[in-house]
Amino acid sequence: MQNLFAPGHRACAGCAMPTTVKLILDAAGPNTVVASPTGCLEVVSTPYPESAWMVPWVHSLFENASAVASGIEVALKRFGKTDINILVIGGDGSTLDIGMGCISGMFDRGHNVKYICYDNEAYMNTGVQRSSSTPYGTSTSTTPSGKASFGNPRPKKDMPAIAVAHKVPYVATASVAYPVDLRNKVKKAIATPGPAYLQVNAPCITGWNFEAGNTVELSRLSVETCLWPLYEYINGELASVKKIRSKKPVEEYLKVQGRYRHLFKSPDGAELIRKIQAIADANVKKFGLVD
Amino acid sequence: MMKVIEGSHAVAHAVMCCRPDVISAYPITPQTHIVEHLSQLVADGKLNTEFLTVDSEFSALSSLVGASVVGARCYSSTTSQGLALMWEVLYNSSGLRLPLVMTVANRALGAPLNIWNDQQDSVGARDSGWIQLYAENVQEAVDMTPQAYKIAEDPDILLPVMVCMDGFILTHVYEPVYLLEQDKVDSYLPPYRPAVVLDTANPKTFGAFVDPSKFTEYRYMQWDAQIRAKQKIVDAALDFQKIFGRYYGGLIDTYHAEDAEIMIVTMGSVIGTIRDCIDSMRAEGIKVGLTKIRSYRPFPAEALQKALKDASVIAVIEKDTTVGNQSALLTDLKAALYNSKLRMPVLGFTAGLGGRDITVTDIRKMVEISSRAKDGVAESDYQFLDLKKELL
Amino acid sequence: MKLTIGAVVEPGSTMVTKTGAWRTFAPVVDHKKCIKCSLCEIYCPEACIHQVEGLFVPDLDYCKGCGICSHECPRKAITMILEEK
Repeated sequence: MQNLFAPGHRACAGCAMPTTVKLILDAAGPNTVVASPTGCLEVVSTPYPESAWMVPWVHSLFENASAVASGIEVALKRFGKTDINILVIGGDGSTLDIGMGCISGMFDRGHNVKYICYDNEAYMNTGVQRSSSTPYGTSTSTTPSGKASFGNPRPKKDMPAIAVAHKVPYVATASVAYPVDLRNKVKKAIATPGPAYLQVNAPCITGWNFEAGNTVELSRLSVETCLWPLYEYINGELASVKKIRSKKPVEEYLKVQGRYRHLFKSPDGAELIRKIQAIADANVKKFGLVD
Repeated sequence: MMKVIEGSHAVAHAVMCCRPDVISAYPITPQTHIVEHLSQLVADGKLNTEFLTVDSEFSALSSLVGASVVGARCYSSTTSQGLALMWEVLYNSSGLRLPLVMTVANRALGAPLNIWNDQQDSVGARDSGWIQLYAENVQEAVDMTPQAYKIAEDPDILLPVMVCMDGFILTHVYEPVYLLEQDKVDSYLPPYRPAVVLDTANPKTFGAFVDPSKFTEYRYMQWDAQIRAKQKIVDAALDFQKIFGRYYGGLIDTYHAEDAEIMIVTMGSVIGTIRDCIDSMRAEGIKVGLTKIRSYRPFPAEALQKALKDASVIAVIEKDTTVGNQSALLTDLKAALYNSKLRMPVLGFTAGLGGRDITVTDIRKMVEISSRAKDGVAESDYQFLDLKKELL
Repeated sequence: MKLTIGAVVEPGSTMVTKTGAWRTFAPVVDHKKCIKCSLCEIYCPEACIHQVEGLFVPDLDYCKGCGICSHECPRKAITMILEEK
């Protein structure tokens, strides 16, 4: 594979994000420019005077990468360079929370920008605070579990549905554990004119608190438990779904992560696990994950 | 060609003549007529540009960051709350050293909500690293536009520039204006050709993060570029004069300054009223003069020390205040004088907030107060000149 | 080195930083077991496993010892060994 994300970056050992970025760039190729918001990716990849990026890359602010990419797109168009892939690669905080307005604007204006969110389900760069992508029942540093708290009380925001509602022609989910699928989806996003949205499950060893080496395994478990369905929406219609042959109970996914340890200790834990199982079961029903 | 035209339309025409590659803006009163007219010029096929109608002022300036990094000449316009929403991008774009140009149609900042003119908005952004030029009238706002690009895009400077014009007073007024001639603008303003751009053939990283070992030097480089911009602003005005025959001063301008005992210092459209007042007061034998600030950032400290050295008293009038201290231009000016040998009284007057007209009566009152201070009568050194005490 | 305007830097320049120094456990590949599926190369977050003369070899200059390659190897051909330094 071609590598366009150089070693020497400062991501934690076992972080899923560099693998995700490496796979995205492998699919996109060198004829690509990337704008990234503030976050782990920006920090670990561009400590001056170094950069891991081997394609042109720009960072402006936390919440504006899709607006910056909009400007890149129109300026490249102005200069007749319409064959360059324009990507945003950013985390869930910059995507689902603070960047929402700019992303909505970029989708609405129909820019030929492919927005890819590596989703590690909290603000990891600042120390594992809750984002709107944090799943129900997760303990984070701002929704810690305790005598009076079971962790994050709200369900994960459905960003792909928000993208579909903007009439984004290509919307998909992916996982770092399914590299062929991920690369194919990046290629499809690029091949589809107009905006695209891709949300990639990317476990964070620090924030999720799991055994080193298990990164890819965990992402695979999120898919196999049906908590992270893999699907594509093309022109607003559900176009493909990765079927799950032997669906695993959510406990298998939850029990190996520190962020869910409280579920296996507190008296209410069984009830909470049942509610999380219900989320997975609802995904099965909604997307037809199991034959 | 002279034409009676609305200020916003004249500025839009000037922007067109600068051949911007990308325009991105969000509507806000009293800036709207500028971007509406630019949109019409695009719709009529007269202006060939990429025009982005975005979701907020924040996105407007952010999209120009992206376009500018690709090497596009960029333009936006905003005011007041919109400028405040851009705050984070103001610092970011100047730190990235992107030569954006933006017209600020000066307006008050709420609360309470108020859509009328003062200069609190841009004055509040004085530390953001943008060069700030203030226009006295529509013609100057028009002529400052290509000057702004010339200064911003100078390879030795590379800083964004705000052209500040008073909202409504200048944006909505119909005045006879000499519209810019395209061929003259083309000979004045060369195409923008940045040395390094976002380019797949030369895949650089833009906007790396910088730790404490180098951050001070980055801030210093920006600071130094602003200081060096002082000469470029003077040069841009003189070069403009050579081609267009119009000149408004470099960093500052003066009016009846030679023998002025009472020197008024200010910026923006109130200068028109002040010039008339000076004419009539001079006829009455009052030795009053004007020093006009064209460039507020970089602050023309040396030019002011020279221009003010023979005055007996200085009266600074401005459409902003610093809540918790005195007003901005006043404190900047006093700071510029403190280590010089000049020790005349410097009085500050805030007036014209939220669209209140600054009248001839106000100016005369200010001159009377200043005149008493000159004669040694102690006065408050900072006051709200047009305050309605009966409402308090 | 003089600072660049706008903090512009060269592509791929993190390679001057040898992150191998972070490592506690090092991957050791049993090439006899390897079926050359390249999953270790695909999943490696440091992009530091490459084929060298037909064999998949981790570049220990950059390997942080995360163990993903070892965990994902379908033939258990990669063992994480505590490094003596």
